[in-house]
Amino acid sequence: MNLRILKNSIVKGRVTLPLDPDEITVSHDIEGLGAELKRMIHANFGRSLHIREVDTGSCGACESEIIASSNPIYDIQRFGIDFVASPRHADALLVTGPVSKNMELALKKTYEAMPEPKFVISLGDCAKGGGLFKGSYYTCGGVENVLPVTLHIPGCPPSPLVIMKTLVSFLKPFGKLRILSRIE
Amino acid sequence: MKEIHFIQNILASEKIDIVDLSRPFPDEARITVAGADFAKTCKLLHSCLSSPVMAFFAEDLRQRSGAFTLYCVFLSIQAQSWVFVRQDVAADTPEFASLAKDIHSASLFEREMREMFGVEPVGNPDPRSLRLHSEVWPAGRYPLRKDFTMPHKNMDEGVRYRFKRVEGEGIFEIPVGPVHAGIIGPGHFRFSAAGEPIINLELRLGWTHRGIEKLLEGKSSLDAVKISECISGDAAFGYSMAFCQTVEKAQGAYIPLRSQLIRVLCLELERLYNHINDMGGIALDVGFSFPAQFASLIKEAILRLNDAVCGSRYLKGVNTIGGTLIDIDMAKRALIHTALIKIKKDFRALEEMLFSSVSFMDRADATGILRAKTARDLGITGLAARASGIGLDMRKVFPGIYHSFSFKMAKEQAGDVTARLKVRCSEVIESLEIIKQCLEKLGTCSPQIKITIAKKSGTALGCVEAWRGPVLVWMRLDAAGYIERCKIVDPSFHNWEGLSYAVLGNIIPDFPLCNKSFDLSYPGNDL
Repeated sequence: MNLRILKNSIVKGRVTLPLDPDEITVSHDIEGLGAELKRMIHANFGRSLHIREVDTGSCGACESEIIASSNPIYDIQRFGIDFVASPRHADALLVTGPVSKNMELALKKTYEAMPEPKFVISLGDCAKGGGLFKGSYYTCGGVENVLPVTLHIPGCPPSPLVIMKTLVSFLKPFGKLRILSRIE
Repeated sequence: MKEIHFIQNILASEKIDIVDLSRPFPDEARITVAGADFAKTCKLLHSCLSSPVMAFFAEDLRQRSGAFTLYCVFLSIQAQSWVFVRQDVAADTPEFASLAKDIHSASLFEREMREMFGVEPVGNPDPRSLRLHSEVWPAGRYPLRKDFTMPHKNMDEGVRYRFKRVEGEGIFEIPVGPVHAGIIGPGHFRFSAAGEPIINLELRLGWTHRGIEKLLEGKSSLDAVKISECISGDAAFGYSMAFCQTVEKAQGAYIPLRSQLIRVLCLELERLYNHINDMGGIALDVGFSFPAQFASLIKEAILRLNDAVCGSRYLKGVNTIGGTLIDIDMAKRALIHTALIKIKKDFRALEEMLFSSVSFMDRADATGILRAKTARDLGITGLAARASGIGLDMRKVFPGIYHSFSFKMAKEQAGDVTARLKVRCSEVIESLEIIKQCLEKLGTCSPQIKITIAKKSGTALGCVEAWRGPVLVWMRLDAAGYIERCKIVDPSFHNWEGLSYAVLGNIIPDFPLCNKSFDLSYPGNDL
């Protein structure tokens, strides 16, 4: 079995799909942006930034785009961003949605479960101020009313490229300083 | 207009006096019976139309008529019509006899009315709330009443939710959620298991409740379309289309052919990317990662196509009242045409990867079976129903523009994960075919994509077969075109219950697989 795998990998080499001609410009964007993101994450977080995502009442489009940022085209993980399954493993909390009353406690508990130092990113238009759901009887009117938010990624929903761009422009001014100590 | 005399005859044969019967639209019949006959009429319609309760909702008309008005909606496939049964509930004693013991599909709607309107379904076996969790919401506050006021902040410890308990030797509970390990919406699942097989699964949802129905009240129909796109993001187009169609129907407008075709095209694009996404998801949940990644590439290709054609990856901002905001010109048609060829080829490869893998099929076959009888009793709709042998597709019942397209309705009998996968596969092929036909038709039809509609008051029920199943929107508009009351029924509302039955007897590691094969919406259910 192991021999077969070894043989296959030698004979076939790396199996990748050829890039479409019209994809090349997009691909350049991703690579360029990614390289910058990687440099900053290396400088600020000691190689990787681990993110825990919590949906507090988003419509699901933001989740879809966050998942898309991990697909083979963007593959944000290779630049040092990892979406983790537990808040205990996370450096940052990524929150979508306007925070429904039902999710308020769960969101706070997730935040409390994260080790220090930590910071919060809100993502999507309704996560800031409630967006379209502002004034509803059942939302807290945005993540900033529940937790201290350091970075907001706008969009309805923000595409994977926008997510990467916003992260890069957020990390830029910090240079080589350790971002987490600055946030504290 | 198909006749509904047979309904009158049935009611007459049971000696039920019809107080009023009107047909405001060819596809809507509204029946009013005496209050005492309400339950009897509903039971009769339920059995003779073999229709579940498609919607059952209240409206606060106390200022006008001094009563809450209840509408119970059935579907007559034979007459191609919705059948509304109406009942008034006095404001001083807001209660009615529950239908839930005879018609299970009424149960969730009744619980919804109790917490939103304070109208008590006397005899409903389940006293628990659905969306307004008792831990954070005080009793006696009913948001959808017109005289509702916000409760004060910082209330004390609320009442805790009571889960059903399964007791016995070796039985243990596994609570999961509301925050899940993946990047996904919040929901609480409570498994009772003995060893590995699941004995009971209880779903507690409502976590993403945002009060959308209340929020829509007083909004202009144009603002409502914007909100509708954020009800369930993966069905954004299905929702905005349902909203637009309802408003257009209520105001008696017929939109240009071209915009109807564009709507069909976008609706099918939405179906396409979601079905392919789910095929990947199902593969991922058995740990088969290559096809999963491959599917995510196809999805990304369709999302980019959406962006190139409509300016939004999730088809937001396409629909408006009276037509569409974007046109699909020749260049865009060529773009779609080329993209479809590649998508079809990739889809075939994906299908091959899944169905030729013995270990994958071993996991999917006979897993998560939802029997046809159970599905009928629960009122399961859409894709999940078609996989369990219930041939119901709103594109066939209320064809509208779809009558000019030739496509087959997908249907499977087994009701397991494989059946739902197969339904998806055949719907992908049909969608590709519909889009192709659509492109041809767009080439020859007149260029108008939007009309202006004169605002007037009215009520109407609209329905769109979105990718999960039918999205129902009922609206009452005032003379200026503002919404007085809007009721939304997402296909997930009943299908979540279907999931909790489908997993029984399956092992816990198969739960993600079953869940993904339904792929239900949290925000659509919670509203």
